[in-house]
Amino acid sequence: MKKALSLMLALVMVLALVACGGGNSSTDNGSSTPAPAETSTPAPAEAPAGVQVFKLGGTGPLTGGAAIYGQACANAAQIAVDEINAAGGNVQFELNYQDDAHDAEKAVNAYNTLKDWGMQVSLGSVTSTPCVATSAETFSDRIFALTPSASSTAVIADKDNQFQMCFTDPNQGSASAQYIADKNLATKVAVIWKNDDVYSKGVYDTFMAAAPGLGLEVVSDTTFQDGNDTNFSVQIADAQSNGAELVFLPMYYTPASLIFAQAKAAGYAPIWFGVDGMDGILTLEGFDTSLAEGVMLLTPFNADSDDARTQAFVKKYQEKFGDVPNQFAADAYDCVYAYAQALEASGATADMSAEQICDLMIQQFTTMTFDGLTGDGMTWDASGEVTKSPKGMIIENGAYVGLD
Amino acid sequence: MKKLNLTKTSRNNFLTYGFVILFYIVLQSIAAGGHMSSMLKGQLVPICAYVVMAISLNLTVGVLGELSLGHAGFMSVGAFMGTTTAIALKSVVASPTLRLICALIVGAIFAGIVGFLVGIPVLRLNGDYLAIVTLAFGEIIKSIFNNLYLGLDSHGFHMSLLDNKLHMEPEGKLIIGGPMGIGGIQKIANFTVGFGLIMVCLIVIFNLVNSRAGRAIMAIRDNRIAAESVGIPITKYKMMAFVTSAAMAGAAGALFALNFSTFVANKFDFNTSILVLVFVVLGGLGNMLGSIVAAAALTILPEALRQFASYRMLVYAIVLILVMLIRNNPTIRSFFDRFRLSKKGGAEE
Amino acid sequence: MSFLDSLISGISLGSVYAIIALGYTMVYGIAKMLNFAHGDVIMVGAYICFFAATRFNLPPLVGILVAVLLCTVLGITIEKLAYAPLRSAPSLAVLITAIGVSYFLQNAALLLWSPNPKVFPNFFLTHAADGTEQTGLELGSLRVSYVTLVTIVVCVVIMAVLTFFINNGKLGKAMRAVSEDKDAARLMGINVNTTISVTFAIGSGLAAIAGVLYMSAYPTLVPTTGSMPGIKAFTAAVFGGIGSIPGAFLGGLLLGVIEIFAKAYISTQLSDAVVFAVLIIVLLVKPTGLLGKQIREKV
Repeated sequence: MKKALSLMLALVMVLALVACGGGNSSTDNGSSTPAPAETSTPAPAEAPAGVQVFKLGGTGPLTGGAAIYGQACANAAQIAVDEINAAGGNVQFELNYQDDAHDAEKAVNAYNTLKDWGMQVSLGSVTSTPCVATSAETFSDRIFALTPSASSTAVIADKDNQFQMCFTDPNQGSASAQYIADKNLATKVAVIWKNDDVYSKGVYDTFMAAAPGLGLEVVSDTTFQDGNDTNFSVQIADAQSNGAELVFLPMYYTPASLIFAQAKAAGYAPIWFGVDGMDGILTLEGFDTSLAEGVMLLTPFNADSDDARTQAFVKKYQEKFGDVPNQFAADAYDCVYAYAQALEASGATADMSAEQICDLMIQQFTTMTFDGLTGDGMTWDASGEVTKSPKGMIIENGAYVGLD
Repeated sequence: MKKLNLTKTSRNNFLTYGFVILFYIVLQSIAAGGHMSSMLKGQLVPICAYVVMAISLNLTVGVLGELSLGHAGFMSVGAFMGTTTAIALKSVVASPTLRLICALIVGAIFAGIVGFLVGIPVLRLNGDYLAIVTLAFGEIIKSIFNNLYLGLDSHGFHMSLLDNKLHMEPEGKLIIGGPMGIGGIQKIANFTVGFGLIMVCLIVIFNLVNSRAGRAIMAIRDNRIAAESVGIPITKYKMMAFVTSAAMAGAAGALFALNFSTFVANKFDFNTSILVLVFVVLGGLGNMLGSIVAAAALTILPEALRQFASYRMLVYAIVLILVMLIRNNPTIRSFFDRFRLSKKGGAEE
Repeated sequence: MSFLDSLISGISLGSVYAIIALGYTMVYGIAKMLNFAHGDVIMVGAYICFFAATRFNLPPLVGILVAVLLCTVLGITIEKLAYAPLRSAPSLAVLITAIGVSYFLQNAALLLWSPNPKVFPNFFLTHAADGTEQTGLELGSLRVSYVTLVTIVVCVVIMAVLTFFINNGKLGKAMRAVSEDKDAARLMGINVNTTISVTFAIGSGLAAIAGVLYMSAYPTLVPTTGSMPGIKAFTAAVFGGIGSIPGAFLGGLLLGVIEIFAKAYISTQLSDAVVFAVLIIVLLVKPTGLLGKQIREKV
């Protein structure tokens, strides 16, 4: 039996190797059909002269616990690509989003698959840890990357061709502390954060660094982890008994929704203050939005905005995928349009190598101004960090209202 | 009879060595010819690491006969310690390969020490209780690394738990950053060293299994009470197998970590332990060649399935279930057996 | 957080672990296999109940019944397709198949129901005179939610019913016989396959109930909802002595209480490490769990 099994497994392996090899040969000569991607747009057939079709790739968690973020980005990027291709401009895209399951190892595999496919410009990775891994690869392979949502500074640190569409974590932490102090929202502050998460930790660190200088006293500092993120009674009680007037929640909205419900049951009603990960809480299916009443957050995107472009995007997203897009989706949508603008302006052509396009993109992104769903007049500096102003929002009657 | 058995074992062992060497040569020549896709090239080192994980766990599960659900914990220890070594030695040792080997050795030593400490309580238990305690240790190790901060400056290492208060000199470098894991790693792992590690581990395991100690370990697996009654020191031999297995997992962890620019403690969680266990069971308990093939095939499989788009992981699950059924169901098994020539002895594992 | 508050929080968390652990331990006790897919059956049960309540507007009780029914069918299907062919295989092989089933259910749920979290409706509330919703009892400064009370009551009822069922009646006897010795049971004319199928059917039905109660307490539902409570419940079952029904209840409650105490009095960052450390210590003192049978080894 041992041998039969070994033979069988060897067969599987050989098949797998053949499959991999197949993917390779398709990029070499382009004659065999490339493996269909997770969400691939067929290149417009026989593109008319002058139309340049660029291969745009990205990785994100399309499966697993973080799938909501990856799918939001993949879906929104798809919408943007469809719109751009339908409009028939000179710059068009072929989009390929690959699954990385929110894991650095699988992200590098996914990236290599994209490389074999012939990716010319990259959307990086959706989440931070995988993006740190893939950004090292895109940096050494000289492929330009603009990540929609990987906000860790390690993503862009010391890499000239890595750009972000979202704020960096430190930005959010210090901006939040500044905002709380400026508006005199509270002096006694509690923080609940996720201590095995790069994003949460990044925001927490800078918030804690900025808080004392602004007269904010952190009276309660508690954490939770993966698999330990359902019962928050201890964290809530700690904040309550230490008299915190405001609770800062640098986390995504899924655990936050549980915190709100459990705090309400415990009769604790402080000011809740979130960061961009909180966006999406109002559209949680079945969520009692009255729980989030009065929650403040800094976010660049607001699905309820009366801005015409935002409304058109939200409508299209809902029609196609059935959910209200969150901030991740908006960032990914902006990324594709930013690429379209930059590629158009740079005069890049589809037959250029990724490296040539990379140089043009670095030049474009550091000089151009971009208006998108997540902000007007965005600019990038040479480090790859975006400059746009976060909007303070407060939830009133189940909807965002701008703070000022 | 005994002589026949021995030659059979050594034939099997040489088959395994030969298989690994052959694959190495084939893959290297494909790579040298420039025909290898980046996807496969990127997978080579992780495959080596998983192969070592699989054969080392096979030593615990297949040869020693104890179910371990926390093998990724030792991988984690090796990954963190090995990478720290590689970073610390950067200015001292110029050759990346030499640094990699140092990292593997340090990773193995630390994982071996942790394996010994874990083994003291674990090996007193049996069956599912032992399994759950290894799971518990795996989770504890993960939890500790998620809260550990380690920095390096001219005064040496600074360590702190829970809080990033290292009191370092301003030019000090943070190596382990709690939940951020280790970042900015110089990728020095390569396929040749990975292949070397597999060979070393195979040699160690085959020599251990075919030695007096190995026979004692298998006697304990087959009948603990009988083994004890003929005077085999149970704890000593169990510990020997357990620590060897942990040390190899540590080396695998260091190899794995040095192939990526960043990794975090959560990578080495229960799911990774289970994944390695899947390799072992699929490849056959005690069957090293099976483990190697299973680890390689199952690492490539999810990548090769990318053409199934969003159904990829669903297909993976179905393949896994089907392979287990085909391999273990008596009816299907006898169906396949009919195609095989007169084989009787080697069939049982 | 006062000691009593922590205790109550711990019990409410523990009661959820306990009800999941009951299903685990039941299947383990009879079929002698670790059903790693149990947590995912819980997730499926919760989704079914969620859709019954929100999309089809069925009353909660009907929703729960539908979930129990469908999960029972699912459990039997899984058993027939994936576990039954491996009846004579080593238990590790079945374990791996169970992991495959777990992957399958998670990814099928991801495709069917999207990764977007769904917030589970709370069935357990009363309306006060002024129309505000009450989700729990207030006893001075202490507060016990209705979900916790219901969960504990349901746990005790299930425990009593299961114990009675296993100790009395033909099927119960058959189950005990199968768990003792499959071959001997077969010789006695017991249909081993049917008995094990019934065990899985009951286990899966219990999983649906556990799913509904779990989601009522912690109402965020995603396709990976089942995986972590699955592991925690497995830990709880071993803690109490795997295979022992009262042990699973006790183990679950204690695990919840220890977890909350570790968070409240030691560190929220290391609470998991503390929980597992306590587990290790307990198992060293009592190597077969709190209420596990001391198995005499035959020489």
